[in-house]
Amino acid sequence: MVGVLLANAASAGDLLAARQQMALSLGWHIVVACFGVAFPIFILLAEWRGTRGDRDAAELARRWSKAFAVLFAVGAVSGTILSFELGMLWPGMVAAFGDVWGLAFAIEGVAFFLEAIFLGIYLYGWDRFPPKAHLLVGLPIPIAGAASAWIVVTANAWMNHPTGFDAATYSATGRVIDVDPWAAMFNPATPVQATHMILAALMVGGFVVASVYAWGWLRGRRARRDRLGFTIAFLVALAATPAQIVVGDWAARFAAEHQPIKFASLEAVYRTEAHVPLRIGGWVSGEQVRWAVAIPGGLSWLATRDADAVITGLDSVPADERPPTAIVRSAFQAMVGIGFLLLFAGVWFLLAWWRRRSPPRSTWFWRLAWAAGPLAVIALQAGWAVTEVGRQPWIVYGLMRVDEAVTTAPGIRVGFWVVTAVYAVLTVATVFVLSGLGRSLRSADLGAADG
Amino acid sequence: MAEAVLGAMWLGVTLYAVFGGADFGAGVWDLLSGRAAAGAPRRALIEDSIGPVWEANHVWLIFVLVFLWTGFPRAFAPLASTMLIPLTAAALGIILRGSGFAFRKTMTTVPLRRLFGATFAASSLLTPFFLGAIAGGVASGRIPAEGAGNLVAAWWNPTSLLGGTLAVLTCSYLAASFLAADAARSGMEREADWFRSRAIVVGILTGAVAISGIAVLRSDARVLFDGLTGRALPLVALSAAAGTASLGLLWSRRYRLARTAAVLAVVAVVWGWAAAQYPWLLVNALEIADGSGSAATLRAMLISLGVGAVLFVPPLLYLMVLAQRGELAADSAAKPEGGSR
Ligand code: HDD
Ligand code: HEM
Ligand code: HEM
Repeated sequence: MVGVLLANAASAGDLLAARQQMALSLGWHIVVACFGVAFPIFILLAEWRGTRGDRDAAELARRWSKAFAVLFAVGAVSGTILSFELGMLWPGMVAAFGDVWGLAFAIEGVAFFLEAIFLGIYLYGWDRFPPKAHLLVGLPIPIAGAASAWIVVTANAWMNHPTGFDAATYSATGRVIDVDPWAAMFNPATPVQATHMILAALMVGGFVVASVYAWGWLRGRRARRDRLGFTIAFLVALAATPAQIVVGDWAARFAAEHQPIKFASLEAVYRTEAHVPLRIGGWVSGEQVRWAVAIPGGLSWLATRDADAVITGLDSVPADERPPTAIVRSAFQAMVGIGFLLLFAGVWFLLAWWRRRSPPRSTWFWRLAWAAGPLAVIALQAGWAVTEVGRQPWIVYGLMRVDEAVTTAPGIRVGFWVVTAVYAVLTVATVFVLSGLGRSLRSADLGAADG
Repeated sequence: MAEAVLGAMWLGVTLYAVFGGADFGAGVWDLLSGRAAAGAPRRALIEDSIGPVWEANHVWLIFVLVFLWTGFPRAFAPLASTMLIPLTAAALGIILRGSGFAFRKTMTTVPLRRLFGATFAASSLLTPFFLGAIAGGVASGRIPAEGAGNLVAAWWNPTSLLGGTLAVLTCSYLAASFLAADAARSGMEREADWFRSRAIVVGILTGAVAISGIAVLRSDARVLFDGLTGRALPLVALSAAAGTASLGLLWSRRYRLARTAAVLAVVAVVWGWAAAQYPWLLVNALEIADGSGSAATLRAMLISLGVGAVLFVPPLLYLMVLAQRGELAADSAAKPEGGSR
């Protein structure tokens, strides 16, 4: 078995290209998918206010739903590509374990159906249903969105925490027996990862939508409807942020316990030691963290709630089983740093609101709110980099390496460049179409005001 | 059990071929609808009839994929590795089709509508071609049981070319007969006639290609040929009869019946292929019993599908009924009107 794999293994360049192609298409899909989870919530909140007589809110709901229609379409097609790629790029993993982790995707299909069906009725049913009924038709969309996010993350959590088959037999013989797909789906890493992901989706969706309005605010667009749009999206994101930090801590402790090497990598712990300090900031250079602020015993305490605890270091495994620590650690620092920065933005907003029932007036707040959207996206990508790069060299943690899973077909690099070009065009076109949509809706406003 | 899962998956293939196929075909007609002004009412009809449903129809493809890799992982791996090129092409086609369609709707100026519209339409032509070519590669036994086969010959061969051509023609035929019925329902007699005459031409063409294809299969895909002329012959005959009947019904402008007959013709041919190829998953390489996943997984899939179907089938039917009655329309209240100024 191993001999066969080595005989026609992919070249290192093709392996890298396959990983980059996967990362690119996942990283693209995940941003749009966040809107699939979060945006319908904003739309329904606005529509709900609309049914209670707020005409600005009702109008907002209709406009947002147009933008969402575009995002949903690109989300659906970019997700489909991922399903192709799992087989095209990682046939080794699919052939060996497809029947172990695949069930989640089979179930996710139901959520996809519900989302697409109700979205079709919702978007094309504004004139068909009375307002309350229309609101009701929209309700399954965010529920199915969150469900599909939850279910798909189970598959990723399984890669981090493989269960539902006889791992000992697999390690010894390469055969997968005693498959229990339910156990694989309900693997213990799912709750923390899926919660973290759904909160991230709310943050990304909320901060990005709010960011568009913050930009408008800076350029003088401050009508009531604009303020309403900002507030709905920003409030949802703001509510998710503190919860996200708590869940992030849970994620880190879970990793410390179940994926100690990933944890060592994200904190750059090279030697197994007790009383490990928490190092904030700085960078990794030659097995050392330079220019960081160190809090003695901090990391041991965070990981186990005991400042003297021993933390497993990277030296406990051979060098070829260590992830690229510099990348993983900086991604982790970026995610955590942004999490706290966004928390700060939320606190600022709440303080202003508490003092005088209106958003902060300082231009600096609006600049921060404008930056919050891109920052949340960076945190999301950084988080995925921590998870996926931190798992290297494993595709299935501790059991299957990426080079055992990758396709043996030649020319993966060509495919990577083609896919990159298409995604670049798609990105530009999506941004262009959405900003054009905003512009033409605004010019319709001007027309209405003139006439 | 594996047969039951395969049957469910094949149901997905059938529904994708019929509904997804009609959506792709609509894109082809969009391409052929003529210049901007003359084609405008036809394009509007196409947009209205596929707008509310195409995303739901698209999910059938995903359903098929996940059933394939979960239920038959050892077939999916070599299939996807060998078909790297056409799968990438189909994937790009799917991206461009979906986003082109969604983008065009928001555009208000003619050149941009034309650009996104052309993207949508051209990719509607390419995607079914490549999917059909993949089917041809499977049916003619060009996928090995493990690893990757010949990356080019697997889909660039007589059977694949036949499969791709037939897929494009069938999609166009289905779409034209669907659109003729939709147009007649909305009282657009001119458009109904336009689609009717094209449906008849494409229908005859499809039949002709299918008949001459027999010779291709005989020399290039023997297993399939033997199956189609043996076990699957009744289904092939049914497909031919239904196809002919649908032409006659179109001729006499009985659009709704014509559409039913066209669907029956496609369904029969899809199941005919399955019957002809049974028990091979990948012809001459992998049989169902060797390619299927664990029994526990197959059972779990059937259970989930059963429970899931209770959840999604009623709303799906509701969506279809609303769409069929023409009760779903793009939001009129907040329509951007920038183009007119
Ligand atoms: C808006 C986005 C966002 C923000 C602000 C945070 N995270 Fe996060 N994080 C993610 C978005 C994210 C994610 C959705 O990208 C990941 C990737 C995989 C996952 O389940 O969630 C993730 C993964 C992830 C992991 C890896 C889990 C694993 O691989 O097992 C850890 C340890 C943390 N996060 C910890 C934190 C901490 C301590 C935060 C405190 C501020 C934090 N995250 C904020
Ligand atoms: C459920 C969801 C996901 C699944 C099933 C999944 C699966 C995979 C697979 C099979 C690989 C290739 C093997 C490997 O390099 O380990 C991979 C790599 C990767 N994925 Fe994920 N992934 C998921 C979500 C994401 C998301 C949302 C991102 C987004 C940003 C992401 C980022 C990456 C990156 C950066 C790599 C490359 C790692 C490297 O080369 O070091 N993943 N993923
Ligand atoms: C953490 C990772 C992921 C999350 C949170 C996620 C979430 C979502 C959501 C919410 C949608 C709905 C579409 C939208 O609103 O834009 C969607 C669509 C889709 N996703 Fe993902 N996804 C993830 C990764 C993946 C992976 C790894 C795959 C496949 C291998 C995948 C396959 C799909 C498909 C096929 C669709 C289209 C469904 C449709 O037509 O409605 N997703 N995803």
